[in-house]
Amino acid sequence: MGLSSIAYDLGSGLNGPMSISHLSSPRQQLAFSAKSCSRACITVRAADGNSGSMRAPPSTVRASKLVTNAVAVKSETASIAATKSGHELLLFEALREGLEEEMERDPRVCVLGEDVGHYGGSYKVTKGLAEKFGDLRVLDTPIAENSFTGMAVGAAMTGLRPIVEGMNMGFLLLAYNQISNNCGMLHYTSGGQFTIPVVIRGPGGVGRQLGAEHSQRLESYFQSVPGLQMVACSTPYNAKGLMKAAIRSENPVILCEHVLLYNLKERIPDEEYVCCLERAELVRPGKDVTILTYSRMRHHVLQAAKSLINKGYDPEIIDIISLKPFDLHTIGNSIKKTHKVLIVEECMRTGGIGASLRASIMDNFWDYLDAPIMCLSSQDVPTPYAGTLEEATVVQPPQIVKAIKQLCG
Amino acid sequence: MLFEDMVLGRSFEDMCAQMYYRGKMFGFVHLYNGQEAVSTGFIKYLKEGDYVCSTYRDHVHALSKGVSARAVMSELFGKATGVCRGQGGSMHMFSKEHGLLGGFAFIGEGIPVALGAAFKTKYEKEVLKNDKADAVTVAFFGDGTCNNGQFFECLNMAALWKLPIIFVVENNLWAIGMSHYRSTSDPEIWKKGPAFGMPGVHVDGMDVLKVREVALESIARARRGEGPTLVECETYRFRGHSLADPDELRKPAEKAHYAARDPIVALKNYLLEHKLADEAELKSIQKKIDDLVEDAVDFADASPLPPRSQLLENVFADPKGFGIGPDGKYRCEDPSFTAGTAQV
Repeated sequence: MGLSSIAYDLGSGLNGPMSISHLSSPRQQLAFSAKSCSRACITVRAADGNSGSMRAPPSTVRASKLVTNAVAVKSETASIAATKSGHELLLFEALREGLEEEMERDPRVCVLGEDVGHYGGSYKVTKGLAEKFGDLRVLDTPIAENSFTGMAVGAAMTGLRPIVEGMNMGFLLLAYNQISNNCGMLHYTSGGQFTIPVVIRGPGGVGRQLGAEHSQRLESYFQSVPGLQMVACSTPYNAKGLMKAAIRSENPVILCEHVLLYNLKERIPDEEYVCCLERAELVRPGKDVTILTYSRMRHHVLQAAKSLINKGYDPEIIDIISLKPFDLHTIGNSIKKTHKVLIVEECMRTGGIGASLRASIMDNFWDYLDAPIMCLSSQDVPTPYAGTLEEATVVQPPQIVKAIKQLCG
Repeated sequence: MLFEDMVLGRSFEDMCAQMYYRGKMFGFVHLYNGQEAVSTGFIKYLKEGDYVCSTYRDHVHALSKGVSARAVMSELFGKATGVCRGQGGSMHMFSKEHGLLGGFAFIGEGIPVALGAAFKTKYEKEVLKNDKADAVTVAFFGDGTCNNGQFFECLNMAALWKLPIIFVVENNLWAIGMSHYRSTSDPEIWKKGPAFGMPGVHVDGMDVLKVREVALESIARARRGEGPTLVECETYRFRGHSLADPDELRKPAEKAHYAARDPIVALKNYLLEHKLADEAELKSIQKKIDDLVEDAVDFADASPLPPRSQLLENVFADPKGFGIGPDGKYRCEDPSFTAGTAQV
């Protein structure tokens, strides 16, 4: 069991950083792939302060050298050096690091949004950048989402590479006209003449009693817009990598961040890396069931996984990362192995990412399914203020455990 | 030059009407007849590298900016040789080569895009340290748009950052069937400029020479870095809002009043009076334009329709955006992909 699963890990597990080829020397590439295994050292700091490592029961022990961690990818090639170098930071700092690196690399990259400049960003993602790059490159806008998003589109069409920050993703509803009509469409309606390399990012999702309007789950609202790509970051590692990839992409990309994940801490590589916008992340290989998730729910799934593994289940956990388009290769390979799928999302049930994903899976992998695809979504309610009700709005780990038991028996 | 451009606009639009009723052109087509002085008066005084942003009433803006009549007509016929490969249509004319940023169907949504182009000029100058960056952007839109939030939001930002943009309001008094006076608390649009900190000018949009005066000044102002200007052009559209509009609400007296102020006739009279041209010359210009427009129609007629394989080609600038298929390859790597579906 050990060898074949390790081979599997190496084969499709290293799917995060994609730009190995642009590193010049083989030595760099080797160090690079070793670094990517630093994901084995994720310290997930959930709000309740629990961290992620735990000894797995003997039946799931992998390579003897490694810390058996119920929630991490394991790889034979992880060297001692890999676990000691790199630097630790919080997710919002990782976003900032990615942003800063791209701004240094390309002078056309600029940021605009409310309070991104002097205030440093409402979640500190742009802290210090205005001082470094100036008020024009980190532009404090008046409160006019629709117009400044449109301004970003016009600037992108004429040669700049703007990043629009929605102070809260919900505010971008005001920019929906520009996002759908202009970002999504202009490349097409202009017959390919103009490109719109904008990144639209901001915190979304349900927080801690922030009230209904600040706790929106808008992934599904943008999902259907043709011409847009959408990704959701969930760890400091992929946050930085996705930010860089989104900035470098010629397509308009929506980068969904989550209000409660900004203080996640992780050790990330010192070397430069870029994640792939279209690829999902295999978080934990397994053989009993495929759990597809993204953003904050990844951490709820990991939490539930601890309990599940203790009970002898072996879930394969995939963070889909790319909400549009779906990485059907990673997802498909998993389903072909486990034959059972549970989707755990924070989106509303109606017309959500899960709904779309289920359809896609049925279209492509129907023959491999042994059971109907289960989907746990958040409730179709405006997020209530009261803590107890808010907790009941999103999917909690016990529900995930229960669903797996139901699915796997 | 001014005469020729206005005649081009008028002849082209007249031909569009003919072609539409003959079933060569489809959908919503909005003609510019009567407003030529505004397009010509401003756009002819821009230089290469300047930007124009328009609305759905964009054929003549495209022509004035330099897009060939052939490319525009083909686009209207939905042919692959159209300026947007047939993918945009009447309301979505774009030209990267000529700095035409669109062509927008929803009113007001082009103004922020224009603002972005102006922002890019300022950015180029101050961040990228290119002293020669002085591109000016002209945003055209109508009276109805002046009640829309995006208009006000953009006036604010343009004045705030002193962007090189000119907001040109083509006030033709009607937004489909809604009279400007029935929808606007203060119908004098030019007054809204100073409220935001920029000059507001009102000009007779049926007189190309008056428009030119204002245009030259506001363009120079923007180029010098002094910021935006709001120009309200009083103008009129001789036809309905679109070719589908029966145009029953406008009073004949009003139409007659403006018909008497036809900008082309006015310029013609001026040129003849001041002996700047003679009848023969003007006739030959008209003939030249007629031939040009005929040629455009012939070209468009002869052009091929877009093939099915074109459907998915420009959805993403980077077609990796279609994602990775079940076989592990990017969908776009499959050569027959564009003949397939865009479902992901």
